[in-house]
Amino acid sequence: MAQTYRSQLVDPLVDNNPITLQVLGICSALAVTSSMSVAFVMALAVTMVTGFSSMFISMLRNQIPSSIRIIVQMVVIASLVILVDQLLKAYAYEISKTLSVFVGLIITNCIVMGRAEAFAMKNPPVASFIDGVGNGLGYGLLLLIVGFFRELFGAGSLFGITILPTVNNGGWYVPNGMLLLPPSAFFIIGLLIWAIRTWKPAQVEEREYKIQTVEAH
Amino acid sequence: MGLRNFFDRIEPSFEKGGKWEKWFPIYEMVESFLYTPKTVTTVAPHARSYIDMKRIMTYVVIATIPCILMALYNTGYQSNLAIAEYGASGWRAAIIETLGIGFDASNPLANMAHGALYFLPIYIVTLVAGGIFEVIFATIRKHEVNEGFLVSSMLYTLILPATTPLWQVALGIIFGVVIGKEVFGGTGKNFLNPALVGRAFLYFAYPAQMSGDNVWVPVDGFTGATALAVTASDGMQALAAQGFTWWDSFLGFIPGSLGETSTLAALIGLCFLLFTKIANYRMVVGCLAGMIGFSLLLNFIGSDSNPMFAMPWYWHLVVGGYAFGLVFMVTEPVSGSHTNAGRYIYGILIGFMVVMIRVLNPAFPEGMMLAILFGNVFAPLIDYFVVQANIKRRAKRNV
Repeated sequence: MAQTYRSQLVDPLVDNNPITLQVLGICSALAVTSSMSVAFVMALAVTMVTGFSSMFISMLRNQIPSSIRIIVQMVVIASLVILVDQLLKAYAYEISKTLSVFVGLIITNCIVMGRAEAFAMKNPPVASFIDGVGNGLGYGLLLLIVGFFRELFGAGSLFGITILPTVNNGGWYVPNGMLLLPPSAFFIIGLLIWAIRTWKPAQVEEREYKIQTVEAH
Repeated sequence: MGLRNFFDRIEPSFEKGGKWEKWFPIYEMVESFLYTPKTVTTVAPHARSYIDMKRIMTYVVIATIPCILMALYNTGYQSNLAIAEYGASGWRAAIIETLGIGFDASNPLANMAHGALYFLPIYIVTLVAGGIFEVIFATIRKHEVNEGFLVSSMLYTLILPATTPLWQVALGIIFGVVIGKEVFGGTGKNFLNPALVGRAFLYFAYPAQMSGDNVWVPVDGFTGATALAVTASDGMQALAAQGFTWWDSFLGFIPGSLGETSTLAALIGLCFLLFTKIANYRMVVGCLAGMIGFSLLLNFIGSDSNPMFAMPWYWHLVVGGYAFGLVFMVTEPVSGSHTNAGRYIYGILIGFMVVMIRVLNPAFPEGMMLAILFGNVFAPLIDYFVVQANIKRRAKRNV
């Protein structure tokens, strides 16, 4: 294994980010990023679930029959998600109400399944745990960046604290209503992917086809 | 010619290796705006025609002239009418008083002058803000800035309410230029109409400044709904009671966005575009057929709770942005369908969607903007099916 624990943890943040490079987990990234506190809790929840599910699946990997491995993975992931859901209901009820179904939907989050299938089934538990946490953090980092733009320019606040006083509250900032609608996250994620690929051209994909040009005579 | 000599003298500095090499797109923009473009298509397949892109774009701008005049006149007319009741305020009123023009709604010149004070700031901000981003992209991506932006900026200006704050105008056109056009590779590669993308962005981002009762006539204190909003809430009788007549709507003397109120002005533009074959008549026919057909169907079905069902097709034609969108946006060749059969279907789809959104969706009293964007998205799919059907038909012939 050429990868060190450190690179497993750091790579998914930018170089191999699950959202901007692998384009996974977009659905929840659109839904939960309208405010930073919600995005933060969601990031935490997904990081926990990916980390521990990867670890447990990796522990079981030699016992799981290949034909039913997806079902076994789902059982592990679902149990962890239910655990997280109950914890949120107990200690952060308001936020868990805002997140509503999206906590439950972590089960179907492609990132969790993807890491279980691609990494945890082939690697020892500690490495899998770190890989899971790294990918969760990569997802969380992006969620927080998107949430930052959406909450700051859409509502004029960060983590619920007013930064730009809005017109409705007697301030000067006219909030951009579109940023509070889920589709705006598409634009922000798209622009972020653009920015990251300009910064790191190695991430740019090969063109699937080229426009044919004939040389002029 | 002095100017030509000047261009010839400075051109080498902008070419490869020259000291201003980086600024070539800006030089090219100014030069090709004033003279015929130097570069012509050199590769096959190549159909020869007098109509190049510069001419197409210039013709569309010429076709908007009736709408521009109407925008100036009607904006001033509506404001002057309202001022008689609510009084004038703000810097525009100060300018008009300094010039001694006055606020007489029956004086066409006063109306034009007042309208220009709303139209010009919006148009100038659009040109500057959008132009800066066009040039940035052209410089970095090494393509040219072309007359297409003149069309987008003019159409964008004409579909905004006169009260739009100028910073929002700038934000909208930047969004339209960058997200609607440049990210896909620039002019000719946009699958949505950039002017409408900018307008839709403002509509969703700042609904308070883009819709409602206060934005259409730029006088403090005045509230007046558009014809569509009146009908949506109170029905056709209320429309007549509020003083909206069909002829006023047709000629454009009603509150609305800057340049889209006058159906007549748009139709004059349409005649010009059809005569010069810039606009394809199939899209226009399709769009009319879709709108007339579906509104007749809804008239026939009828509804007790939704008064919009009763709006006849000739009213749909003259209110809101239907006519303007039909003439200048539906016929836009890049974002529409490219096959002839597809053009009919594309038009019908938009005509159908306009009535659908206006009548059946209570959240959006105006439907043309969203209907055209919807049509734009489906245009490539329509083309795909038309091409596939053609392939199948020809394959059958040769069994």
